[in-house]
Formats: sequence, structure tokens, C-alpha cells
Amino acid sequence: MANFPILTLIMIVPMIGTVVVLLTPRDRTDAIKAVAAGAFFISMLLSLAVFISYDRLAGGFQFQEKSSWIPSLGISYHVGVDGFSAPQLLLTGIVAFCAVLVSWKQADRPREYFAFLLLLVAGVFGSFMALDAFLMLIFYEMVLFPVYVLIAGWGSKRREYAAMKLTIYLFVGSLVAIIGLLAIYFQAGNSFDFFDLQAGVRSLPNTEAFQRIWFLPVFVGFGVLASLWPLHNWSPDGYAAAPTAVSMLHGGVLKATGAYCALRFGVQLMPEGANFWMPVVVIFCLAGLIYAAGIAYRQTDLKYIIGFSSVSHLGLVLLGIAALNAHGLNGAGIELFAGGVMTGLMFALVGMIYERAHLRDVNELSGLVRVMPLAAVGFIVGALALMGMPGLPGFIAELQIFMGLWSAAGTPSAFAAQVFGSAINSWWYAVVAIVGVIVIVINAAWTLRVAQRVFFSEPENTELLKLPRLDGLEKFAIAFMCAILIFVGLMPNSVMSVVEAGVQAIVRGLTTAG
Amino acid sequence: MNLLNSNLLSIITFLPLVGMVLVLITPSSQKQVIRWGSIAFSLIPLVLSLYAFFSYNQSQGGFQFMESMVWFPQVNATYKVGADGISLPLIVLTCFLSPLAMIFSTRIEKSPKAFYALFFLLQTSLLGVFISLDLVVFFLFYEISLVPMYFMINQWGSANRRYASLKFILYTMAASLGMLLAIQVIGLASKSYDITYLVSDLGRPFTGSNTISLLGADPSVAKAIAFIAFSVAFALKIPVWPLHTWLPDAHTEAPTGGSMMLAGILLKLGGYGFFRLVMPIFPDVWSQAVIPGFGLFGQPVTYAVLFAFLAFLSILLGAFASWGQTDFKRLVAYSSVNHMGFVVLGIASAAIALNPNSGIREIDATIAGSGAVLQMVTHGLSSAAMFALVGVVYERTHTRDLTKYGGLWTIMPLYGGILLFCSMGALGLPGLSGFVSEFMVTRGGWSAFTLLTILSMAGLLITGIYVLKALQKVLHGPVGEEWQHHPLKDINFAEVLGVAPLMGAMLVLGIYPALALNIINVGVQGLLR
Repeated sequence: MANFPILTLIMIVPMIGTVVVLLTPRDRTDAIKAVAAGAFFISMLLSLAVFISYDRLAGGFQFQEKSSWIPSLGISYHVGVDGFSAPQLLLTGIVAFCAVLVSWKQADRPREYFAFLLLLVAGVFGSFMALDAFLMLIFYEMVLFPVYVLIAGWGSKRREYAAMKLTIYLFVGSLVAIIGLLAIYFQAGNSFDFFDLQAGVRSLPNTEAFQRIWFLPVFVGFGVLASLWPLHNWSPDGYAAAPTAVSMLHGGVLKATGAYCALRFGVQLMPEGANFWMPVVVIFCLAGLIYAAGIAYRQTDLKYIIGFSSVSHLGLVLLGIAALNAHGLNGAGIELFAGGVMTGLMFALVGMIYERAHLRDVNELSGLVRVMPLAAVGFIVGALALMGMPGLPGFIAELQIFMGLWSAAGTPSAFAAQVFGSAINSWWYAVVAIVGVIVIVINAAWTLRVAQRVFFSEPENTELLKLPRLDGLEKFAIAFMCAILIFVGLMPNSVMSVVEAGVQAIVRGLTTAG
Repeated sequence: MNLLNSNLLSIITFLPLVGMVLVLITPSSQKQVIRWGSIAFSLIPLVLSLYAFFSYNQSQGGFQFMESMVWFPQVNATYKVGADGISLPLIVLTCFLSPLAMIFSTRIEKSPKAFYALFFLLQTSLLGVFISLDLVVFFLFYEISLVPMYFMINQWGSANRRYASLKFILYTMAASLGMLLAIQVIGLASKSYDITYLVSDLGRPFTGSNTISLLGADPSVAKAIAFIAFSVAFALKIPVWPLHTWLPDAHTEAPTGGSMMLAGILLKLGGYGFFRLVMPIFPDVWSQAVIPGFGLFGQPVTYAVLFAFLAFLSILLGAFASWGQTDFKRLVAYSSVNHMGFVVLGIASAAIALNPNSGIREIDATIAGSGAVLQMVTHGLSSAAMFALVGVVYERTHTRDLTKYGGLWTIMPLYGGILLFCSMGALGLPGLSGFVSEFMVTRGGWSAFTLLTILSMAGLLITGIYVLKALQKVLHGPVGEEWQHHPLKDINFAEVLGVAPLMGAMLVLGIYPALALNIINVGVQGLLR
């Protein structure tokens, strides 16, 4: 089993699925859907196997595969997962599988639709496992193309505008990141391999200054995909226009790749740079949380509300990363996983409502609990998870993220020393923690109010009561994602033990550098 | 039996979840099966809780029936549970009230399946609070209890239910935000969430080496802030004047079964929080001055004095507010502020003795503390009974307006008798349990807060006035016009079945309080030592 290329298999199965789907006759729609669902199901099971068999005691990178690819440029096919990325692979499998289930009724060009969806997921899987910067960038760009096509070709209102806006933002973001990565590549030994880059950066004579300069493009470049405020603008528009499955994957998983790459290729490669800039990043994250809460208060379009809740979810993740300690990174890891499931669930529900009622405005919807009671339960579970209700994983994540911020508040800030000329403690981390906790609850309280309006109000529009009920697959998808959320919330150690194994190694890397 | 004995508390707590699953898999058309099946099922935790209560070893004291399990090691939180003399009476009370509140919910026609499922979830979360010995687990159950209560009010409440439910959840969640922040900091300071460790000299947060640097402030400042954060959360729950404004709305709009649990148990979470967390974790803060250098009558105004003063205001103003109501249910709701004031007075009187230099005899503090715990139990019984009886008359008349009743004793004689009995229980008539606990609180508080205790006793006069006002408006005088032509049915068998155990318990505890007091004393003495 040791040499079994399980990671490659996880990524290649959806790719094979793409080919199979494209070879299937156009009118065999059920076969096409079965192939897509089957491919995602296999990938999900394989990633579950990786997740379970990941050695928690050993930690570090496991299941590594490496073979040289373009040796002259120092590019290799190198994949592997650590405790931080293993749960994200599982997350990708779960959300992708559920996304196919809820888009079973896709009637518009299903062959092309599912082919692009499979390609997208293969790219996401690849980004989470790549340990070669070049390979990672290839996967990363491989994701952007299908997303553009899926939104522009299958989206709803203002889809061309949204697809173009999203693609330009993310493309420019990735270019900025590439510039940073290339700088490291040229300076730190001609290899794209993650470990070579890491060692190379550290052995530079002027490593501190170097990291301070080049950390920013890499982190911010990937931060765009993680909707780092104020570069989040593409995200609500994109989600509002995208078809359900794409919103689920994009909000739940793809954004997670942004945060993940920012951590792996930003923070881990250049810990000194991270140390220097994080006190600033924290403030942007907080601004993002406040902004998202304000928008959620004003907004009446359901998809926008959920879109901003995903901005808020990623804001939490980045806060956890910015704390740069075990608590914060632990929290970021679980928030990526659980928040991803939560976002996927919420987008699935909104999609189900919109598909039936063709309404997305909160004020036009009412009394839907009579039509889709399970959707109401799912929405409540999602909103409570967002709120950080104990018993759901949002609490597990927030507790650790904010504990991380509290303990980071005592460390001196090099940035402040540089700017203000005197070494001061980064006391504002504590303020960020206090304001953050409050803002998140306010934000989620409005989401609950939306749930009350959409599901539990007296039905005003009797047409809505005649909507078709949820079918078996949709019910299964909702119940499945809710069950995962509740299980992780009540048994945090199930995921946390893996995340922690990865985070310990990351934190060691941060401290030995400083 | 071995499995039962070694996991007794967990089994009691999570059995209702089993009930919830059973309810959920029953077809929703089987309404009677769901109703009476749930009631029958909820007797199992009651039997087990009584078994725990009577098998608690009083001479040994301390926490018993302990269980511990790895749960969330990343923040050093463990699933650790145990029960002592303070929590056991409340566990029994929860298991005792649940079937009774379920009996009063049988008339719910709108989706009884969802209602009973939520009810079981509520019961598990309430029991979870009383058994947890880990701060994170405590907080988890404490917050989860809001969710079923919110939906009970929101979905099965009366006219103004949406406003009341949103107010309820926003107020309580906002109040616990401070506690959440304090919990985070405590976890970092003491590196443990084990309550038994946090209350020990070794593990107490913000003392000794258990500090973290927070904005360069002195540890005692952090300690006082954490104390205030916990106190606000629990004081809002009790509720202490002026944090009580959510209560009349929530209690009045909730369905009868929900009001019974809300008044009977949910308010006790606040009082219990003071006993389990605030008093033992911050023993020295109680005797600190609120504003340094500021005093009244030559005495510094300490936190304990502040609490005693707020308790007095709760007693007095709660009684006046009750007196002023024309809505029967609102009158009963405000009476909770009045009665729970005695719990706070008892807590303040016991807490002042935590300072070794206070000069308060331990016996006085024990009496006050035990009185407060007993008052929680007593109020749980009497308020649940009163809400049940309000529900009975509301179901028949469809009005809660006191001016419209009148003379109901003549047409509902049995109901009249029961209402009189329960009102006397709430009033604190000697021979019923309310008298014992209020007497103990005032007796124990006398040496610590003589003036405030005297004034609070004066508040009891107003209690008498509003109780008698309710009796007069409902039972006496000419029969209300509407009921002269539409005679009301007397209280039926199921309703008597629901309220009779409460009356029995009030009488037993009134005549033989030692049944609960012995074990409570053990718990309070353990706390004060």
C-alpha cells in the first residue's frame, strides 16, 4: 500500500470522468449524471481513506508521490498531503458529490455541464495536493477556465458580467501570486519543489528583507481567491449568477484553495514575511467581517446573503491563519473544512428554492417550511453553524481562532516597530477578537431572521405552496451535509486530530525560522 | 448495571435524545402515540435521576458519578461530568418537570412531532448544563438550550411570538458573548477547561502563574472583567433587574409547556452558573469594590453588595410589576423576577463569606446559599404549576385578561382549589416549600445585609398583594359575563395529573425540607470551604 498512488487516483478519477462523459452520447443524460456522481463518489471515498489512514502521530507530509517532469526547469510532479490539506480533500469530495446530487435535474446541455464540473473538481483536488509550485499553478488555472464557462454558459441574471468579473479578478490575482513565486524561484535555487523553495528562501543571505517584500504578492494574490477584503468584490456577483453546483463548489471549496495556497506558499515559505505583515492583514480581515455583516443586513437577495456569509467564513479562516500560532491555524483548518460544508449546504438550499420558485428576493418568499421542511432544518443548521453555535463546528473553529488571536496579542509586532519606530505589542489582536465575536453573531442573527422570513412566516403567496417537493436525492444531500456538520461539531477531535498533526509541523516551521 | 452505574449521568442526559429519535421516526399522523409515548418515555430519566439523587453519598460529599472522556484536546477541553449536592436537586427537578410540561403540551395540534422532538432536545441540553464539569461543555449545553426554546416560542407561541422569540434569543446570545470571550481567555490563562481544576487554588485563572498578558493590564483587571462577563450572562438568565426585560415577553408568548420549562428550569441555569462557576472561580472578586474609593454609609460598595441591592430591586420591582398587570400570564411571568430575586440575595450573602476576612459566620453563609438552591427548586415547582394553571384557564376562555374572568370558582370548583393551593405555594405560606427557602435566605442574609434583607422582606408584602389580586380577579366576584352563558369545563383528569405532582412536591418539601436540604447543604458547604 505504501507506494499506491492514491492521491493521483483521487485527482485523476474526475478527469477520466470528463473523458467518459464527453464520449457518452448526448441523449444518454442519466448515464452522464451517473458517471459524474460515480466519479465524485469514488474520489470522496478515496479521500476519506486518506483522511482516516493519515498517521496522526507522525504528522508532516504523507502519501507523497514524486516523479521528475521537466528536470531542466526544476519542475516535478510532486504531490502529498499533510494534516491541513487532508481534510480539505475530503471536503472537496463531499461538496462535489452533493453538488451533483442537487443538480440532477440539469436539463440544459448536461453533457458539457458535467464535463466542465468534473474538470473543475479535478483541478481543485490537484491544488490541494500539489507540492510543486508550478504544478499547483497549473491546477489552479485549470479551475478558472471551467468556472468561467460554467457561469457564462449556465448562469442566471447578469451571467456574462459576473463570469468576466470573477475571471478577471482571479486571473489577475493568480498573476500577482505567480510573480511572487517566480521571484522565489529565481532567487532561491532553480526548483519549483516546495521543500527546495522552503530551504532556499531560508538560506538566502538577506532572507528577512526578501521575505518581507515577496510575501505580499503571494499572499494577496491567493487572498483574492479567498475573498480577502477589499478584493472580495467578484465573489457575491459571481455566486449570484452561477448555477447551484458551481456556487457550492466555488464558495465551499475553491475559495478554500485560495486560503490554503496563501498559507502553504505564502506563510510557510516566508514565515518572516508573514510575521511582518500579519498585523496588517488582521485589520483587513476584520474590516471584511464588519463589511459582510453590514451587507447581510441590507441585502434582500438570498444568493447575495449567502455569498457574503461565505466572505465572512473565509474572513475567519484568514484571521486564524493571521494569528500564526497553533490555536489559530487549528481553527483555520477546521473552519475551512466545516465552513466549506456549511457554504455548500447553504448554496444548495438557495438553489433548490430558486429552481422551484424562480424568486430570490427574501421579501417575495414566505412560508416555505410547508413545502420543504427539510430545507428549513438545513438552513437553520447552516445559519447556526455560521453563528458559531456550540454543537456545530463553527464554534469549534471560532473558539480556537479567537484563542489564537488572544495569544497573538502578546507578541511584539515587527511591522509596528518599522512604522512607528518603537517595538509595541500587537494589542489590536485582542480588539479584533472582541469585535470579531460580536460581528459574527450579528451577521448570523440576520441570517436567522432571513430563515424566519423565508421559511417560517405565514404564507403570503399561495402559489409558493404549490411548488414541487424536494426529491430523494436533494433530501439525501441536505441530510448528508447536516449530519457531517453535527457530527464534527459534537466530535471535534474526529477532524481536529488530523488538522492538529499538520499544524504542529507548520508551527514548528514558523518558529525555527524566527 | 455496571454500565448504568459508571455512566449514570450521561445516560440520564442523553436518554431524551433517544426519545427525540424515536419521536422523529414515528409517522407524524400518529399524534396520540407521539404525545403519550413521549410522556411515558420521559419517565425513564426521572426514575434514573431519582436513583442518582438517593444513591449520592452525603457523608463523602463532593462530585460523584464522575465520567471523563477525551473530547477536544486541542484546547484542553474534556467531556467531564459529575454531580454534587447543588446540581443533583436541579437534575431531578428537570426530569420531574419534563413529563408534566409534556402533559400540558398534549393539546398542541400543530405538528406535535416537531414539538416533542424539540422538547427532548431541550431536556438534554438543560441536563447537560447541570452535569458538565468542563467549561466548554457547559457553554455548549448552555447555548444549545436556546435553540429549541426559540423554536417553541416562535412556532407554537401566541400572537406576539415572533417578536418575543427574536428578543429572547438575541438578548441571551448577546449576554453570553462576553462569557464566550472570557472563556477563551480563561482557557489560555489556566490552560485547562476542567471546572474542578479552575476552582482549585492551583488552577484558578488570573491568579498565580495562570495569567496571560492582555494589553499590559494587571491580572486583577482581567479577572474583574471576566467576573463581570460571567455575571452579566447569568444575571440576564435569572433574570436580575434591570436585565429582565426579555422575560415577560418570552414567558407570555411561549406555549404552556414551554413557559413551564422556561420558568421552571431555564432561569435556574443562571443561578446554577453563579454557584458552579462565578462563586468558586472568582471568590475574591465578590469582596472587591465596584468603584475603588466609592462607598455608602462608610462601607465600600463591593460586588456582593451590588448584587444584593439588585436582588432587593428585583424582589420589590418584580412584585410591583406583577401587581400592575392585567394579563394573567404576564402577572405570573413578572412574579419570576420577584422570586428569583431571593436566589440572588442568597447568592450574594453566601458569596460575601468567600472572603476569609468578611466576618460572616460560615453557618450563615451556608444557610443563605442552601436557601438559594432550595428557592430555585421551589420556584421551579410553583412557577411551573402557576403557568400550567394559566394555560388551563386560557385554553377554556381564550383570554388572559384578568378583568374578564371573575367568579370562576363557582363554575370550576376543582380548578379554584388547585389554583388557591399553588398560589399559596408561590406566596410562601408556611407548610409549603416556598416558605422554607425564603425564610432561609432572609435568615442567612440577615448578618451580611441586614438593611437590604429587611427591605426585601417588605417586598414579600407586595408578593402577597399580587397573588391575592390574581386570586380575586380570577376566582371571586361575579361570574364574568361571557361565562354566564357558556359555562366552562372544570379542570380535566390529564391536567390534574400534570399539576398534582407539583402540588405534592411543594407539600412534601414544605413539611420535610430535609429531603432536599441535606444534600444541598453538603454541596454548599463544599463550595464555601
